[in-house]
Amino acid sequence: MDRANLNSQLEHLQSKYVGTGHADTSKYEWGVNQARDTYASYVGHYPMMSYFALAENESIARVKFNITEKMVQPCGPPPERRE
Amino acid sequence: MADDDISAQIKAEQEKRAKDSSTQRDDTRVSLTGVGYDQDIYGSGNKFEGYSTSLPMDDDDDEEDELTQRAAQKKLSSYTAPKEVYAHLTSVEDEDHDPFAGRSESKRVIDRQDDYHKRGYNRALSPSRQDAFAKDQGAAGSEARTYAEVMRETELEREQQRVLQKIAEKKKEAQKATGQEAPPPPTPTGRKRRWDVATPVIAPATTSSWNEPDDHVAAPTNRWEETPKADVKKRNRWDETPVASNSSSWDATPRASSGVAETPTAKRSRWDETPVAPSGMFGATPMAGQLGMVTPHLAVPMTPEAMNAQRWEHEIDMRNRPLTDDDLDAMFPTTGYRILEQPATYTPIRTPGRKLTATPTPYTGNGFMMQDENLKQNYGITPTELEVPGGGNLPFFKQDDMQHFGKLLDEKDESSMSAEDIKERKIMRLLLKIKNGTPAMRKAALRTITDKARDYGAGPLFNQILPLLMSPTLEDQERHLLVKVIDRILYKLDDLVRPFVHKILVVIEPLLIDEDYYARVEGREIISNLSKAAGLATMIATMRPDIDHADEYVRNTTARAFSVVASALGIPALLPFLKAVCNSKKSWQARHTGIKIVQQIAILLGCAILPHLKNLVDAIAKGLEDEQQKVRTIASLAIAALAEAAHPYGIESFHSVLKPLWSGIKKHRGKGLAAFLKAIGYIIPLMEEEYANFYTKEVMPILIREFQSPDEEMKKIVLKVVKQCAGTDGVSPQYIKEEILPEFFKNFWVRRMALDRRNYKQLVETTVELAQKVGVTEIVSRIVEDLKDESEPYRKMVMETIEKVVTQLGAADVDGRLEEVLIDGILYAFQEQTTEDIVMLNGFGTVVNALGYRSKVYLPQITSTILWRLNNKSAKVRQQAADLISRIAIVMKTCGEEKLMGHLGLVLFEYLGEEYPEVLGSILGALKAIVNVIGMSSMTPPIKDLLPRLTPILKNRHEKVQENNIDLVGRIADRGAEFVSAREWMRVCFELLDMLKAHKKGIRRAAVNTFGYIAKAIGPQDVLATLLNNLKVQERQNRVCTTVAIAIVAETCAPFTVLPALMNEYRVPELNVQNGVLKSLAWVFEYIGEMGKDYIYAVTPLLEDALMDRDLVHRQTACTTVKHMSLGVVGLGCEDALLHLLNFVWPNIFETSPHVINAVMDAIDALAVALGPATILQYVVQGLFHPARKVREIYWKIYNNMYIGAQDGVIPFYPSIDNDDVNRYERSELFYVV
Repeated sequence: MDRANLNSQLEHLQSKYVGTGHADTSKYEWGVNQARDTYASYVGHYPMMSYFALAENESIARVKFNITEKMVQPCGPPPERRE
Repeated sequence: MADDDISAQIKAEQEKRAKDSSTQRDDTRVSLTGVGYDQDIYGSGNKFEGYSTSLPMDDDDDEEDELTQRAAQKKLSSYTAPKEVYAHLTSVEDEDHDPFAGRSESKRVIDRQDDYHKRGYNRALSPSRQDAFAKDQGAAGSEARTYAEVMRETELEREQQRVLQKIAEKKKEAQKATGQEAPPPPTPTGRKRRWDVATPVIAPATTSSWNEPDDHVAAPTNRWEETPKADVKKRNRWDETPVASNSSSWDATPRASSGVAETPTAKRSRWDETPVAPSGMFGATPMAGQLGMVTPHLAVPMTPEAMNAQRWEHEIDMRNRPLTDDDLDAMFPTTGYRILEQPATYTPIRTPGRKLTATPTPYTGNGFMMQDENLKQNYGITPTELEVPGGGNLPFFKQDDMQHFGKLLDEKDESSMSAEDIKERKIMRLLLKIKNGTPAMRKAALRTITDKARDYGAGPLFNQILPLLMSPTLEDQERHLLVKVIDRILYKLDDLVRPFVHKILVVIEPLLIDEDYYARVEGREIISNLSKAAGLATMIATMRPDIDHADEYVRNTTARAFSVVASALGIPALLPFLKAVCNSKKSWQARHTGIKIVQQIAILLGCAILPHLKNLVDAIAKGLEDEQQKVRTIASLAIAALAEAAHPYGIESFHSVLKPLWSGIKKHRGKGLAAFLKAIGYIIPLMEEEYANFYTKEVMPILIREFQSPDEEMKKIVLKVVKQCAGTDGVSPQYIKEEILPEFFKNFWVRRMALDRRNYKQLVETTVELAQKVGVTEIVSRIVEDLKDESEPYRKMVMETIEKVVTQLGAADVDGRLEEVLIDGILYAFQEQTTEDIVMLNGFGTVVNALGYRSKVYLPQITSTILWRLNNKSAKVRQQAADLISRIAIVMKTCGEEKLMGHLGLVLFEYLGEEYPEVLGSILGALKAIVNVIGMSSMTPPIKDLLPRLTPILKNRHEKVQENNIDLVGRIADRGAEFVSAREWMRVCFELLDMLKAHKKGIRRAAVNTFGYIAKAIGPQDVLATLLNNLKVQERQNRVCTTVAIAIVAETCAPFTVLPALMNEYRVPELNVQNGVLKSLAWVFEYIGEMGKDYIYAVTPLLEDALMDRDLVHRQTACTTVKHMSLGVVGLGCEDALLHLLNFVWPNIFETSPHVINAVMDAIDALAVALGPATILQYVVQGLFHPARKVREIYWKIYNNMYIGAQDGVIPFYPSIDNDDVNRYERSELFYVV
């Protein structure tokens, strides 16, 4: 398998699955993907939501909202890009 | 069973077969069963020297490994060839002599095109058009023309065409008047002919295919859409302004508002007008030079090839000109010769007609061309390999390439050139690499040209690609590649292509009517991409002038191209334009083309036209009542195409055309009528019952009248329409019986119909459709007598019809009398057949099976026929008889004729000595059918006699014999193994080993399965020993099949019977054997699935060893085994063993060999399933941010695979990352404890 082919496959993969990474993925990118995946998973599992709601003493809808909000820049602003 | 008993048996067998296996091999290996006979089979020990010792496992993985292995292996000591070969080689003078040179078909596109297709080469690549959307209007270059200019030009061309035609006609009339004979019309010879002399006046009367312009792309020259000359009489527009009346809205473009101002002075005489010389490389207007009516000049653009050819021709003409007296004087000595007087009867040619056909006046075009001195002259030596400066070595460089690419060889210094020139040379080099290069070069060049397309610009690119595509020396492969280049750069250039749309179309449109399906698809794709890049407005503006082009070829291709545009951009976008064109008042050609576009859209898009059906039908409805016959015809054909595409919906859309169609079929005769009938025929199936009934009754008299038409095309259409009418619900069987059938059978069921393939098919189809309505008896009783007809094709047609009718409707209706006649006729037809054809056989089988129990009375007769024919001298007859047995075996059982079958079985058994393999195969097939039906226990001959007779036949190499025989043997092994001694089965086993290298997959599969049955019958030990020994053979396919067979044995006899022996065999210090064992294990675990949980601990030490082996293939195959194993035991509590194996698999992740790394990845994926993603994540996290990129790459790859498989599952296991100054990475929700 030549390199170009591998890269094009990777590109395709990346376009299908945002969370996949490559050799140059930074800590920040990986962290963001992890966080988004995590929150998306929580929202998708109702028992988890109700457990968090209980723990936080909030309504389930509120917890859900908070988590969804957090998915925007879950780890804060991106680091300065070094050129 | 005693071991020595078997081995004695086998030895005897062995001596018979392998006479040359002389020496016993001293066995150093450990074998479980310790039987010694294998040494006899495979000869002495060093037999495998020189063969690859590795066992590449997958279907396609052997190349690489074997190459590396083989390099290390000892070469054969010497090669030698028979003396005759040397003698022959020295006698052949020319080394490059290709014995097939004269025989191979030409690969050039042009050589397989007919005259009509070659008309594509007559089109000119017109100068670029202006891009109406571009910001600065002169962008495309000074010679870019506007829409209005182009329209004017087309108008001019048509006018010119018309005048020329008229003049020709007048001349003719004048000649007729003076009683002189007209000069014979010049024979139209494809390429030489320019469009403007190719008027239908001289069109040769070829067989027309007028009713199928749609499904038949390769249209002959003479089509009914062609310019009718009758039309010219009616309209005299000589004095009219040739410019479009601005009242019609559809040709109004952004620039047409100034139309009046741009109208050329109406009275301007064309005679004194000097045609404008084309400024660019490509002539704007193709003009005639030959007729002398217009100032001749070279307007037809000449490709370098054409020019070259012209020069050659000119030169040859010069050399072959008649010798003058002076020439002769100079040549002959002055003395010794006498000049004879010419005979008194001699008259020199004076008739102008014959002079015309004499040597043509030399063409006045570019008669002479300066040879470019810088071009490398190759003096007749074709360089086979050529170094293009900066281009690397090309595999070949043809003489023809010199015309386009000669520039590259002039060895000029590029540094002194202008930027434009350098760019041009770069493109040229890339194109040459794409055209002639090796696949790797081509790939790289294609990528470069795509990436840099926008830098190079549309102009320079297309100016080089398009002439190449028009080149007459183009070959299929080259065309494909160049079209591919266009496709790629279209994406990149996007709106930059606009000025070149017409040029591209000129080149691509001919692809749309190519004979080759893939060329058509390719053409469609390009045009579709082009229209997406250029946009609808540009496409319409570009193609509009071609719609009423004088040449039918241009109109035809344009219509097809338009339909592609419609499919790319959507029908609604194109509808307003279509409506306008179809109602054009200016020219009937425009209307014709417009309607044709609709027809093509229907054919291309199929049921996707449904949402726009009403609009499309309305657009062309008027065409049905057009004053032009051709327009009416195409309109009805288009309606037919629309109705066919819409079936079974959309009748409401056709209401508006019913009336004109109706009146049409009453008014028309001949071809016009056929088209109208076709339209009605396609609409009737859409109608509701009542209407369908009504219309069928109305149309039927006309159809019945046309039954007698001698016209073949009309016949086909009538048959089709009858089929469609009969298929509707509304038509009563009564009506068909009384009104249609008598005439139908009288006119169509004649011998002549069987001779033409398409008539034959259509007639059978229609008759079957009628049978659906009126029942089997009605049809069959009418044709059954014809089974005894003297014409064989006709009998075949009758038989096929009966077969189809009976298949669909059964034979319940057939009464006793008919039954008798039918069987009698079928027997007659079957016995009289001379050609080998499946039709008779199928017919016989179908009818007898349909009759079922009722055929009991005829069976004795049939059987005696079969027996008689089995004894026939002709092999074919014997084969058919045997085939027939396999068809009727089931019926014989139904009729309780076991005794008869037993008899047949005995007879077939006697014929097993048959020498023709085809016949032997059929006999085996017949035996198989009988065995299947009457069962093993009641089979005669008894199985114990039958099988020993079959065993030697297993040696037969003929595929048909092998397949039928192995099926039969497998069947017996499956159902009746107990009838045969174990010894015999072992003998079969040995024969089966050879079957494993059969070419046909079915045979190999049957052989492998048979191993399983035999092992089940006689116990796995002996079979397994045989198979394990077979792992030592050198042939890869044989080994692979053996591993499969071992696995099947393991599956059928439970793994514990096989695994110990198998694992013991791994101790043999031979790569092939060890790999074979591993591969067998992989198969075993794949087949046994979750049963594997009991064996996983047993094989783990073996796998440990294999995964640590130096040999790549060991590790690869072990990984495959781990994969199947872990997928089998998911959730069964074997995690400890699997984790242990993972630790052995993991170090292999850095392998680079593709097969190995794939196997490793698969194993890890499977382990991720069995162990859960968390475990793999823990392993992966170690290397995701490793300092070495190589490490990171592979770790991320594993991470991605795992992530895709279990996105949700890894969430609780992500490592927690510490927050830093800016970013917060912690996710604390999971730490909640309530």
